[in-house]
Amino acid sequence: MTSQTQPAIRFENVSKYFGNVRAVEQANLEIRDGEFFSLLGPSGSGKTTCLRMIAGFETPSSGHIYLYGQDVSNLPPYERDVNTVFQDYALFPHMSVGDNIAYGLMVKGVPKPERIKRVDEMLELVQLAGYADRKPSQLSGGQRQRVALARALINHPKVLLLDEPLGALDLKLRQQMQVELKAIQKRVGITFIFVTHDQEEALTMSDRIAVFNEGKIVQVGTPAEIYEHPATAFVAGFVGTSNLVDGEIAKRITGRETRFSIRPEKIHMGPADTKIEADSYSADGVVRDVVYLGLYTRYLVELSGGGDLVVVEQNLKTTSMDVLKVKGQPVRLHWKKEHIREVGGS
Amino acid sequence: MPSNVSYGQKASWGLTLAAWGGLLFLHVPILIIFLYTLTPDETTYTFPLPGITFKWFGVALQRADLWRALTLSLQVAAVATIVALVLGTLAAAAVYRSQFFGREAVSFLLVLPIALPGIVTGIALRTTIGSLEIPFSYWTIVVGHATFCVVVVYNNVLARFRRMQGSQIEASMDLGANSFQTFRYVIFPNIATALLAGGMLAFALSFDEVIVTTFTAGQQTTLPIWIFSQLTRPRDRPVTNVVAMFVMLITFLPIFFAQKITAQSADTEGGSK
Ligand SMILES: Nc1ncnc2c1ncn2[C@@H]1O[C@H](COP(=O)(O)OP(=O)(O)OP(=O)(O)O)[C@@H](O)[C@H]1O
Ligand SMILES: [Mg+2]
Repeated sequence: MTSQTQPAIRFENVSKYFGNVRAVEQANLEIRDGEFFSLLGPSGSGKTTCLRMIAGFETPSSGHIYLYGQDVSNLPPYERDVNTVFQDYALFPHMSVGDNIAYGLMVKGVPKPERIKRVDEMLELVQLAGYADRKPSQLSGGQRQRVALARALINHPKVLLLDEPLGALDLKLRQQMQVELKAIQKRVGITFIFVTHDQEEALTMSDRIAVFNEGKIVQVGTPAEIYEHPATAFVAGFVGTSNLVDGEIAKRITGRETRFSIRPEKIHMGPADTKIEADSYSADGVVRDVVYLGLYTRYLVELSGGGDLVVVEQNLKTTSMDVLKVKGQPVRLHWKKEHIREVGGS
Repeated sequence: MPSNVSYGQKASWGLTLAAWGGLLFLHVPILIIFLYTLTPDETTYTFPLPGITFKWFGVALQRADLWRALTLSLQVAAVATIVALVLGTLAAAAVYRSQFFGREAVSFLLVLPIALPGIVTGIALRTTIGSLEIPFSYWTIVVGHATFCVVVVYNNVLARFRRMQGSQIEASMDLGANSFQTFRYVIFPNIATALLAGGMLAFALSFDEVIVTTFTAGQQTTLPIWIFSQLTRPRDRPVTNVVAMFVMLITFLPIFFAQKITAQSADTEGGSK
């Protein structure tokens, strides 16, 4: 089977302009067969535009998009083996849940008995057995979400596109659906391309992530690679929180002016006279701000030579009373040398 | 808060009275027409009625000129409605779906005929028909009526398009439906009640239109014009009343159903939000 060796989706120098707006610029990307792949980036960075080009709602201004080796850049949506779960679900309000899910089969002329059988399978898959006769207006947000998923999966597309499908759900339901989506993807074995601007969601769900900024893909990698080795300062700041240190302050800490990033949770905070090991960097300062967040506490430490660092510590033994007492105290920050990442421009 | 409650009740009493007063003012004259279809006295409106007779219904049935006028009016209304449904839907789809230069202007020009006094529309059409030397016909009346019938359909359908989730059309194409299937299974069911309501309103508007018709009809007589001409013939008054009653029923029923339909679909759509 060639489809196993071909990438599911390949972008070759794809750009998209809307008038003067550069929505996507020179994107090159390979998404592997069967992958759970996320497009992550801030608002307006071109994620939706990329997804819509894969679906066929937009055509690239230049470059090519390949679906398992076939150039689909200019095919209309109904001639691509790709289906979409829309952010607003886009269910047909005049049809029952069953008819919504069967729509893709109906327009292809699949006979009714077969449709009914496959709709039942899909309802089973998304845990909505028995809901076939309801109208979409009689469902909760999470249930509509599942119907949209079932409707998009019934055609067995080669690739499923999801544009912030969990955006409208509350936190609890969102976390539950994250787990479920992942489980469903494993079961059906279809390549999922998932758009989100929530870095935590991308990190927990994806096999690999592409990070977007201002229409460009700035890094592609596994969640661990992206978190541990951010390619640019932008990635370091956008994926998780990071302290960025450069110039004079960097020189005082590491001896070089090269900009580096350090994750707040890697920094340890001790009394001003803490002994520093040879494998660690250190910086002295005063605690300016303390935010107690239940599970952990966030400290803002003003360094004595200027600049500040954010430090996060778990509240393993401390209470909210203890942590607040630290405010205004002189402290020494230290962290292992291997935990800093030297990063380039933005 | 008891004081608030009693205040609210007082206000609603006042409103109820005003509403009933308004309704009576509007509808008593109509009831009078219904009443005098039954009078045996042809020329005067005496009250109480000197007696009750149904003979005017029979007389009305015998009048060939009345039948001709009725047939013409029904034909014109039917054709104007069909024209309005097609053109109004296409115009609404164009204005909703695409961003073209002058879109706002087109939208404004489309709605203008209903805001313009009929007499202006009428004169404008008359001048055009005259200067192009088009003979007056059934079609000139249809064109005149279409100017305002299109607006009614256009407005209804455009409002429905705006309430419809745009992504539904993309979802349909995404699932493999071509443009024709998308129209048939997704767009049409979404706008069907708007078409029905718009069509019924257009029919009712066309059926009792007088002003524009007088400018575009030439020697032809539609039903409203026939009624108007009856004013100069006092001896026919009860017959005219009978006809007026039928006109009212014919125009009232579509408007009534149009309202019911739009109210219903507004309910169901509200529920889905
Ligand atoms: N149809 C369009 N016409 C003009 N500009 C557009 C259009 N669609 C997108 N853009 C622009 O392209 C850029 C990228 O938009 P896109 O929707 O891809 O961003 P996104 O990453 O999905 O953002 P979000 O997280 O807010 O959904 C934005 O500057 C946007 O304004
Ligand atoms: Mg988007």
